[in-house]
Amino acid sequence: MLEVKDLHVTVEGSEILKGLNLTVNPGEVHALMGPNGAGKSTLSAVIAGKDGYEVTSGEVLFEGKNLLEMEIEERALAGILLGFQYPVEIPGVKNIYLLKAALNAQRVARGEEEIPAPEFMKLVREQLSFMKMDGSFLQRAVNEGFSGGEKKRNEILQMLVLQPKLAMLDEIDSGLDIDAMKVVAEGINSLRNADRAILMVTHYQRLLEHIVPDRVHVLVDGRIVKSGDKNLAHELEARGYEWVLEESAA
Amino acid sequence: MSAAHAFLQRLGERADDEPTWVAARRQAGAARFEALGFPTKRDEAWKYTDVRRIAEGEFTLADDAELDEARFAALGMPLDAHRLVFVDGVFSAALSDLTDLPDGVSIEPLTTAMRTNHEAIGGAIGRLAGVDFSPFTALNVALSEEGAVVRIGPGVVVDKPIYVVFASRANESARMSHPRVLVMAGARSQSTVVEHYAGEAGAANFTNVVSEVMLERGAIVDHYKLQEASSEDLHVASIHVEQGRDSRFTSFNLNLGGALVRTDLVTDLNAQGAETNYNGLFFVQGRQHVDNHTLVNHNAPNTFSNENYKGILNDRARGVFNGKVVVKRDSQQIEAYQNNANLLLSDRAEIDTKPELEIYADDVKCSHGATTGQLDEDAVFALRTRGIDEQMARGLLTLAFAGEVMDQVRLPGIAERVERAVAGKLPERFNLSDLVEVSDALEEA
Repeated sequence: MLEVKDLHVTVEGSEILKGLNLTVNPGEVHALMGPNGAGKSTLSAVIAGKDGYEVTSGEVLFEGKNLLEMEIEERALAGILLGFQYPVEIPGVKNIYLLKAALNAQRVARGEEEIPAPEFMKLVREQLSFMKMDGSFLQRAVNEGFSGGEKKRNEILQMLVLQPKLAMLDEIDSGLDIDAMKVVAEGINSLRNADRAILMVTHYQRLLEHIVPDRVHVLVDGRIVKSGDKNLAHELEARGYEWVLEESAA
Repeated sequence: MSAAHAFLQRLGERADDEPTWVAARRQAGAARFEALGFPTKRDEAWKYTDVRRIAEGEFTLADDAELDEARFAALGMPLDAHRLVFVDGVFSAALSDLTDLPDGVSIEPLTTAMRTNHEAIGGAIGRLAGVDFSPFTALNVALSEEGAVVRIGPGVVVDKPIYVVFASRANESARMSHPRVLVMAGARSQSTVVEHYAGEAGAANFTNVVSEVMLERGAIVDHYKLQEASSEDLHVASIHVEQGRDSRFTSFNLNLGGALVRTDLVTDLNAQGAETNYNGLFFVQGRQHVDNHTLVNHNAPNTFSNENYKGILNDRARGVFNGKVVVKRDSQQIEAYQNNANLLLSDRAEIDTKPELEIYADDVKCSHGATTGQLDEDAVFALRTRGIDEQMARGLLTLAFAGEVMDQVRLPGIAERVERAVAGKLPERFNLSDLVEVSDALEEA
């Protein structure tokens, strides 16, 4: 589904990704771990299409198509959704409007009719209650005045409504208390199926107790230096990143 | 021959069957205008607004109000309202609809009102805005012929908005008009008055309007000025409001069109409990120039004013905001708030903003502020990552900026018109309330 090949990315003149390779297949959950500054968030930003990241070489394919040539919104319509580490507050734009506009943009892109109001509200209400969010969220401006936990839940709510093929979650666990973590993790787990892939960027192993990954990658200095199954995450938790650094230097 | 003198040549072209007192008033206006001349950038109040395009223009007064239904439908709003229509300043009985006026409400063209009720109207008109306010009001007095006169009796709640349309046609040669609007709101009456300036594409006319709104004790008036002239039209307006005890005036000054637009809005809060609210929104692009000068005079204690003006400027457009609040000596227990926020969508757009407070009393609560910024690019990105295209994302965010002002608009037809102009066509924004209904229904089920 997602193929990242020898990706080199420069931000403000300094190289952050230095030949990153990663393949994510449908049905898989991948966790990308690594110390601060290793380039974890850069990868998801480049895949989503954020400005300010210069790809100097390499390629990113999504379902065989060159992702780097697509507009930001085209990537979303193709089925890629990024859950932000710091969701942006958008005063004056209501959640309900964002959800409806985004869902209808998808449907129009697929040549379908816009969703009828009752069907839309039924869908949204189900997902809201699944995420243990109050109905009043819908009438509030996107993330405006939300607590950290509310913002993260809102990101997952959007995923549940929009049903992406590839869900990327950037440090979705940061700023969550244990209860909010559980709700968010349940939301993410409910997305798991044979056709969908999930790529999680995380600093801590904690999240991976709730969402068990199929593959764990360690990103150090712009490259994936070690990959393994869920046990790698436990090992990192116990021993830190030092040994991986030493191993990769050797 | 001076530019002022050239304009006054038009005086001689009109029928001379007017009553003597009308002619005398014209002469006074003409004399004052000739003495003042057109303002220049040396005049503090016109520092940023160059009116040479008006002064050097050649304009004639229109003789007819011909505009067929189809052309009018393209300009007017389909409001359920009592409607009065002027075409290039000339009254159109055919396009107006004044059937079913409630008891106690009179809506007439100025010429009719002058004939039938000469004393009351003659005494009121020009009382708030005479020849001295500015050269343009003097010019208006000299050349005005038509306009709208609205009188609302004591205690009358007017059932529908009063909708006054000033249509500007794409003429072979440029026209000018100098309309008057007079609104006399009786004690405890309630009404909504809409002044709509709409222009056909290519219209390049000059409109110089003076409005006076008088609120007696306890009267409530919502006043909308929706200006969406063509991008070549020249538009100068002044609105003068006088408020009695416990009255409430709410102004919506919504500027979307025009090449050169200047609006002065002046309110005198003359008795305790009077409240005035100024809501302003201007959206300009290309090389449009819009200048808003507002003034609130707190002439009595226990009076309240609240002002919020938002400007959105694109391309090489230029905006001016000058908001002044004056608290007179011994006008205690005053509250006056003023805010002006501007959004620049282009590096070459420019805004000059100047809030001014003059306070001669000590027991007052006043605040003012002005900010200027750009669209939040992180928010644009966030919306696009949800599949919303860039144009719509920018439109939504631009509209969100205008939201605080637009949320106050109580006429949906106007809100829709402004949203479309500011943000383009946003799918189904207006159906949000339907969604809420559906949602409530689901909850009850």
